[in-house]
Amino acid sequence: MENIITIENLVFQYLRDEDGDTVQALKGVNLEIKKGSFTAIIGKNGSGKSTLAKNLNGLLLPTEGVVYVNGYDTKDYDHVWDIRQTAGMVFQNPDNQLVSAIVEDDVAFGPENLGIEPEEIRRRVNKALKDVNMGQFKKKAPHFLSGGQKQRVAIAGVVAMKPECIIFDEPTAMLDPKGRKEIMAIIDELHSEGITVILITHFMEEAVRADRVIIMHEGHVLLDGEPENVFEEEELIRSVNLDVPLMVQIGAKLRAKGINVPLNIITEEEMVDFICQYK
Amino acid sequence: MIRDITLGQYFSGESLIHKLDPRVKIIGTMLFIIELFIVDNFLGFLVAAVALGTVIAISKVPLSYIVRGLKPILFILFFTFALNIFMIQGEVIWQWKFLHITKEGINVAVFMAIRLFLLIIGSSLLTLCTRPISLTDGIERLLSPFKKIGLPSHEIAMMMTIALRFIPTLLEETDKIMKAQQARGADFESGNLIQRAKSLIPILVPLFISAFRIAQDLAMAMEARCYRGGENRTRMNEMKFKRRDYMAFALQTLFLGIIILEARLF
Repeated sequence: MENIITIENLVFQYLRDEDGDTVQALKGVNLEIKKGSFTAIIGKNGSGKSTLAKNLNGLLLPTEGVVYVNGYDTKDYDHVWDIRQTAGMVFQNPDNQLVSAIVEDDVAFGPENLGIEPEEIRRRVNKALKDVNMGQFKKKAPHFLSGGQKQRVAIAGVVAMKPECIIFDEPTAMLDPKGRKEIMAIIDELHSEGITVILITHFMEEAVRADRVIIMHEGHVLLDGEPENVFEEEELIRSVNLDVPLMVQIGAKLRAKGINVPLNIITEEEMVDFICQYK
Repeated sequence: MIRDITLGQYFSGESLIHKLDPRVKIIGTMLFIIELFIVDNFLGFLVAAVALGTVIAISKVPLSYIVRGLKPILFILFFTFALNIFMIQGEVIWQWKFLHITKEGINVAVFMAIRLFLLIIGSSLLTLCTRPISLTDGIERLLSPFKKIGLPSHEIAMMMTIALRFIPTLLEETDKIMKAQQARGADFESGNLIQRAKSLIPILVPLFISAFRIAQDLAMAMEARCYRGGENRTRMNEMKFKRRDYMAFALQTLFLGIIILEARLF
């Protein structure tokens, strides 16, 4: 399948303080993201995962190396708006990414910036709000909504721009468990509709839904592969102070007790199915 | 609670006045203010008051609601009234030590009080019947002809929109910071005025920092959503003058004529 994002030897340097000290947040990352895939990027704070995300749509530009989105170099200023329309982004804080004091106006913000016809904007806004189950809150002010609802509005705002790829930068970090569940369900739904999903998170349980898991550590890609293969490397993952998903831990413990749990069981449903059919 | 505050003082409704194009309402309000300064006798005020009363009646905003909005400005009203009544020289009708009231004083004081009263009610009717967002849209459109001489009309409107959006967010933030400081033993209630003002510093400094952080986040989110200023931007809610807007405009012009005529004749 075609690649939507190609990253070649990406190095990114931050200017830390007024003394001119620099910090390398990314130290040479090579990645290819396939169209229609669901990739989870996991890492601790400071592992460079958010910096990587912001490099994917030209919000940050590489110090070294190149990032291609749909064939366009992110450094190419003529195409920066094509890039950002192709790769939409949902941020962590639901409060700080809503622009307008009315939900539907906020969802319309992106399409308005693209210069789309008013009737088409109206259609897209209604559709996007319906997709995230926020249709009945159209005329509400964001500050009356819960965190999860605000985050759903933010997702609708990106969906209305019809992106091919959506980058979620820790979208559930500031939400309660209920809001987290809602957002994950919407992300699954969007992926099933053919949108390429890149989910940045530090929740292992969210990563098991992806069809590819990338673990970042100190600006490098530590592990990259299908979730079941990545989570086999339990020791390596633990050595960088990350946890493996609960079901992988349970699987390992059961195996130690002599129950032959297959290694590819990483989600709750799979585990439940396995246990129910176990003889 | 702090999040229930109403912004501006919009009174939601479906009346004809509410439905009018914001531009018509802004222009109408401006015309009304100008008219109040054209008027130079009490009969003129009577005409203006009747017109304003009619608009209020159509808008279906309860009178009590409008009067409540007057309260904060009552002080200014009394202050100007007192100044006028005591300061104007002329035929003295009452005197006590250095204070004196003149016939002209009473006249001017009442005149000015009515003018201020009508002015405040007239302009508050604009914010009562127009959603803050449509108001900023209207201002953007009205200022757009001045773009040619370098007035950033889109940017001004965008700033107002964002300010409206973030008032509740910043209020919540203030609430949070206040509680956090109170939990650390901060005292905002006791002491004299200066001490109390000083005790606000531990609230204001974190508030400013968090406002900058929010601004940074928001700027990034806006850029990610392809915001690049007003160029080539379309609007979901296009503003189009409808028949009722033209009618309102015609009535406003007619009324301006009446007021000028009245001021000339009497």
